[in-house]
Amino acid sequence: MTQPTDRRPDPEDLLRRVQSDERRERRGRLKVFLGYASRVGKSFRMLDEGRRRKERGQDAVVAAIQPVVTPDLREILARLEVVPTLHELHTGRAYEVIDLAAVFRRQPAVVLIDGLAYDNPPGSRNPKRWQDVNELLEGGISVITAVNLQHIEEQQEAVERITGKRASQCIPQAFLREADEIELVDAPPEELQERPGEPGVSDPRRLGELRELALLLAADVVDHQLLDYLGSHHLTPQWGTQERILVCLTPHSDPEMLRSGRRNALRFHGALLAAHVEQGDLSSADQKLLAVQLEAAREAGAEVHCLRGGDFVQALLEMARDQRVTQIFIGHSLRRARWFARSPVDRLIDAAENFDIRLFPHKGAE
Amino acid sequence: MTPHGRGRLKMYLGYAAGVGKTYQMMEDAQDLHRKGVDVVIGYFEPHGRKDTIAKTDGLENIPRRIVDYRGARLEEMDAAAILRRRPAVAVVDEFAHTNVPGSDRLKRWEDVRMLLDAGIDVLTTMNVQHLESLNDQVWNVTGVRVRETVPDWVVDEADEVRFIDLTPRALRNRLERGVIYGTEKAHQAMEHFFTETNLAALREIALRHAAHEVEEKLDDAPVEALPQGRPERILICVTGNPSSASLIRRGKRLADYLRAECIALHVLPHGGWDEETASTREAVERHMHFARNLRIDTHSIPDGDPSAAIANFARAQRITQIFMGRSLPRPWFQRFGETVVQRVVRLSPDTQITIVAERRR
Repeated sequence: MTQPTDRRPDPEDLLRRVQSDERRERRGRLKVFLGYASRVGKSFRMLDEGRRRKERGQDAVVAAIQPVVTPDLREILARLEVVPTLHELHTGRAYEVIDLAAVFRRQPAVVLIDGLAYDNPPGSRNPKRWQDVNELLEGGISVITAVNLQHIEEQQEAVERITGKRASQCIPQAFLREADEIELVDAPPEELQERPGEPGVSDPRRLGELRELALLLAADVVDHQLLDYLGSHHLTPQWGTQERILVCLTPHSDPEMLRSGRRNALRFHGALLAAHVEQGDLSSADQKLLAVQLEAAREAGAEVHCLRGGDFVQALLEMARDQRVTQIFIGHSLRRARWFARSPVDRLIDAAENFDIRLFPHKGAE
Repeated sequence: MTPHGRGRLKMYLGYAAGVGKTYQMMEDAQDLHRKGVDVVIGYFEPHGRKDTIAKTDGLENIPRRIVDYRGARLEEMDAAAILRRRPAVAVVDEFAHTNVPGSDRLKRWEDVRMLLDAGIDVLTTMNVQHLESLNDQVWNVTGVRVRETVPDWVVDEADEVRFIDLTPRALRNRLERGVIYGTEKAHQAMEHFFTETNLAALREIALRHAAHEVEEKLDDAPVEALPQGRPERILICVTGNPSSASLIRRGKRLADYLRAECIALHVLPHGGWDEETASTREAVERHMHFARNLRIDTHSIPDGDPSAAIANFARAQRITQIFMGRSLPRPWFQRFGETVVQRVVRLSPDTQITIVAERRR
């Protein structure tokens, strides 16, 4: 798993990497506290980290806080320097805007910024607060910030399904993925009700669903960062941090196999992949059937791969290794080609390592 | 307390030592104490961490029990003393701990269940790698085979789970500053278990597991298995082969995710145990015991033809999926015949059959 591989890096790739490393070195570091709802304690965790860093000698200042300041927050804020936000009024709406010029003049090592998803008023240098944050990072200042699940653009649809509401302000999920660190702030829903702060969603069931979504989002970000790290250190990825299901399709695959793959991937919140291994020429009728199968796989949300040439078993084994597959779903035929020949499925079973093979009864006509 | 009079279990779940589970637990205990709740410390492992130790100030501590074991004086939680003291809430660190041999109960989690039965609420800590169902995954990712495991159903019983997150970078900083272990031990730890990749992978596994726990608390309706609406029923075929342990874990994990019934079967030789070697018998019994610990129903049937026995049993029990290990390599003169797996496939044409290959690193 984490042994170096002998794959030689491509020089272009290397150059890009050096450039991005250099950019990264000059750039400030971004740390995001992610919460699943108001009152989980993101602001507290963010400010508390600022306080601890200051006590360890880092030059940390606050550049934006939430409008509601609870007593526990006030206590920490008293120990931190604050660069006040600018109050701006625009067509009757009040905005709190980070005073970028003041922060750059002050040149701290770390800035604490709450409410990452806030909008700036029309006509500002940046329309969104997260773009201000980006500017600070580019300027070599590190940022610690906090955001709620409902403000992440790609999650808004799912959040709306749960709460019936959609937040008007949001940040792209890519911004979260590119953060150097994200930390999930978790708390059982029962505890939120007792806490002071802005009221938000209060139904424990809905809170539970939001919580699950936030945990899975954090897991995906961690997975993404792990792959990046492994890639940049020329290490092969590990197996088993997530269930990844590969469905092997032929022109005659039983549709139940794909349905089952989808159900299982959903239950595990894992990944669904589908592959067809090209072997010899297909009749035009079979080509059409295969196209239907692959289209159905795409519709089911699978990442579809067509594996070309070579040996059927080798092709699947390679894909399983590269894609960190944990389960292969494959149809079995009861008929053996010749009495002494072992079927590809038998050979796959013999060569399998690190994944399960689920054999499906073959109902399609041969 | 729960409405049934049983104590409530609250678990602080983390992905590694030093993420702040005990600290958070003590903070919550202090909160309860301030509100006038009768909280005691049943067991606390200080590990020399100053911040956490400071958090125990003012909380009553139930003295540990001293156990002589092979000339060493060891300290264990005194569950009987906690019962006598009858607090409303007991704080018990390190849920997965194994008690000194000769203790009334083998595991600390069994002590905790006794406290819960007596109506005492318990706060406890655990790292996700101690979960039985994640044992193979954790080994695969980190190379560490965790020995102290807790069956999943015990953790599922928790009324509240709180995930304690910390980024691997922050955790490694803490290690480096000597907050978690002494500095010398810290450097060793950082080069081995606490590598950036191990921590990230464990964290991902832990986050996914926490999400699963949350989901299971929201909904426990069975997941339909097949289009005909038949509920999924999983059969695990146990043998004396050492890989049976991961086969059982894997089958049970799938069953849990699909909220399916799970049964284990071992086929004895026709003449019963007399025809089996003592070592095979011992291995099979160990696997079946392991399965029962995970709350899997176990069955043993004598039959001279294991494949037919599995197929018939599966049909009678309306099994939808059979879990099997790989057949062992055979001598060349038998290779033209069918393997057990091939025969089961042929005899159970309507059932899904899952072959669990060994995990290697």
